Formats: sequence, C-alpha cells, structure tokens
Amino acid sequence: MKVLSFGHALPAQEIPNNKLSEFMETSDEWIRSHTGIESRYIISGDETVSSLGVRAAKMALDRAGLTVDDIDYILCATTCGEMIFPATACLIQRKLGAKCPAADVNAGCTGFIYSMDMADAMLRRGNVKHVLLVAAEQVTRLSDWADRSTSVLFGDAAGAAVCTAGDGLKSIRLTATGRPDVLYAKMDGGNCPFSEPKMKAVPLQMSGQEIFKYAVTQSCKDIRWVLEHGGMKAGDIDYYVLHQANRRILETARSRLKQPAGKFPMNITTHGNTGAAGIPALLSEMTEDGRLQTGQTLVLSAFGAGLTSGAALLQYNV
Amino acid sequence: MSTYETIAKLLAESKDMDVKDIRPDMGFAELELDSLDVAELVMNLEDELGVPVEIDESLRTIADLVAKVDKEK
Repeated sequence: MKVLSFGHALPAQEIPNNKLSEFMETSDEWIRSHTGIESRYIISGDETVSSLGVRAAKMALDRAGLTVDDIDYILCATTCGEMIFPATACLIQRKLGAKCPAADVNAGCTGFIYSMDMADAMLRRGNVKHVLLVAAEQVTRLSDWADRSTSVLFGDAAGAAVCTAGDGLKSIRLTATGRPDVLYAKMDGGNCPFSEPKMKAVPLQMSGQEIFKYAVTQSCKDIRWVLEHGGMKAGDIDYYVLHQANRRILETARSRLKQPAGKFPMNITTHGNTGAAGIPALLSEMTEDGRLQTGQTLVLSAFGAGLTSGAALLQYNV
Repeated sequence: MSTYETIAKLLAESKDMDVKDIRPDMGFAELELDSLDVAELVMNLEDELGVPVEIDESLRTIADLVAKVDKEK
C-alpha cells in the first residue's frame, strides 16, 4: 500500500484557553503547562463530522490528482460518528457523490492506523484500486464540560488519505487490550419497556495516569516493533507522527526513544486532542508547509479507547 | 539499593533535586509533582525494578509508593 496524499479540515470556530476559563475553574497557564494546548476548534452552526470529513477528503483527492469516481472504498475512522447509524462513511459518501462501499472503523484514537491496515489488505487482494481513508471526530460532543480535567483536552477535526497499491507500508502493528474501565463514554439505554435497568448516558471518562502510562509504554513498544520488522533504525526515520493526545506524553515517548524534538511534529498546541483525526490532519498540514516530502520515512503511532494501539512504518508516496 | 533509595534516585534525576533533600514522609504535592509526574515516576520505577505498580488514590507520599512496591516484590 502507498499513501498518495493527505487532506484535513478544521471547524471555523476557534476556542482559545481563556474562553474556557470564563466558565470553568481553569486558566490558560494551567492548560498550557499541563497539556501543551493553547486553543482548539469546535464544530458549530451548519458544520458536522461528515462535512469536515468531506472537506478533508476533497483536499486529499485534489492533491492526489483524482476525482471521487476513482475511489473504490471509503473507510471512516471515528470514535462516536455523526449519528449512531448510518455510518459516517456513508454520510461522507453521499456528500461526495461517491458510489463505492463505505463503512466506519471504531478503534478509538487508533482508528486511522487500523483503517490503514484494512486498506492495505483490500489493496493486496487487488479488487480495489483506490481507498479513501477519512478520520473525522467530534470528541467535544462526548466530553463532560463540567470536568475541567478532560474537557480542556479535546478539539474537533478531520483528516483524510488516499491510498493505492504500492510498497510504502513497510510494517504495521496493531494491538487491543479490552479495558473499558479507563477510557469510555456510554450512550443511554433507550426506552424499550422490556429492558431494565436502563443504562444512563455517561460522558467521556478517562483515568489520566493509567492512560499516560499505557500511552508511553505501548507507543514505545509499537514503534520499536515496526522499526525492527521494517528493517530500520530509530535514526533512519524522518518524522515520528504520534497521536496528539498530550504534549507531555509526546515528550516522554520522545525522550525514551532518544530522538530529537524536530522529528516529533505536533499540532496539539493549536488543535488539542482531535482523536483519530490528529495524525492524518498533521500530515496534511506538513504537506501544506513543505515539511512532508515524497520518499520520506515516517513512523505513525497511536493509542486510544479499547484500549487499542497501533504503529506503522510508512514511506510516503512510494 | 532499597525501594526508597531507587525512588529517591529517580526523583532526584527527574526533578533536578538533591537526594539529601528527599524524605520518605514527603507528599507528592510537597514535591510539586502533579498527577502525570507521579505516573512518570511510577513508570520509571516499573522499568527499574521490573515490578508492575497500579496507581490509585492511596498513593500520596513516597512512603505510600515504597509500601506498594514492596508488597508487589
């Protein structure tokens, strides 16, 4: 599999930290020093998860020099989707005017890496030529805005990638460890009269310390695995593009991998944690500013609800 | 090296402190460690000793951490 291009989209509404301190007991200084986040974008007005996904998809298609008729499959990585059903991928398919199959992938913030693995399998089978991967998130809708420890972390965004057959994906590793106790959100139980007791909706809950430990140790394990199985050394990599969850997770992982800061690009400062969208959105922004060039070697690594994790060793556009 | 000495060494390294200024009865708040600093300390301790340590609300002081690790050993 090779990735031909990336795209991204952000909501119009930008919310800096000082907007949050207007209604919750927090401060710009605290959020910056504890998370590295200065502002985030939040969906409002006519914007939806799928409309962001469509904008990201169109950018990726334009950059690949393709049209929607060239796409044979759409996968959308999303933590909560726009609706319970139909799949956000189908909403994106309709808005794009595509006619190919479309389905969602829910692997928490690791969804984009999981969807890369699925695209690779489809492309190896040979009955599809181009797969459109979209990661579209509205995590702010799941957040508990009365909980200052988690709500300040998240933002909304979409990223996209166009993939075709090739040798760019050198190695990939996925893991899952069922731990619904440390990172979860629940929907309500509906009104079926025969279903008792009713499950109550619970907004996003996260055990910060457990997730921090898991994120750092699992990301480092996954990254070392893909390097070893891809026949490369840590120093051979141009960029380590990690899930943008918290600046301190990124810096602790980087220090354990003994790599320079310049190899760990970030968009968490301006975007917050945008779930599965963070990695493809960042790669799209790196395309825009020229940091990402054809032939460069990347390690992508993510972790998320599940718990899930994944890493990929990818040579871009090769 | 005892568990306490290992913790004091890790803390001294990460917080740029003198080991002599660290005492077992010191709380994490007194050491100016926030929740993620404690998670990082526990992670480094797990690496150093090869013992898994679950973080919970009972962990407030260095002595609490020593007791938890020694129980797992």
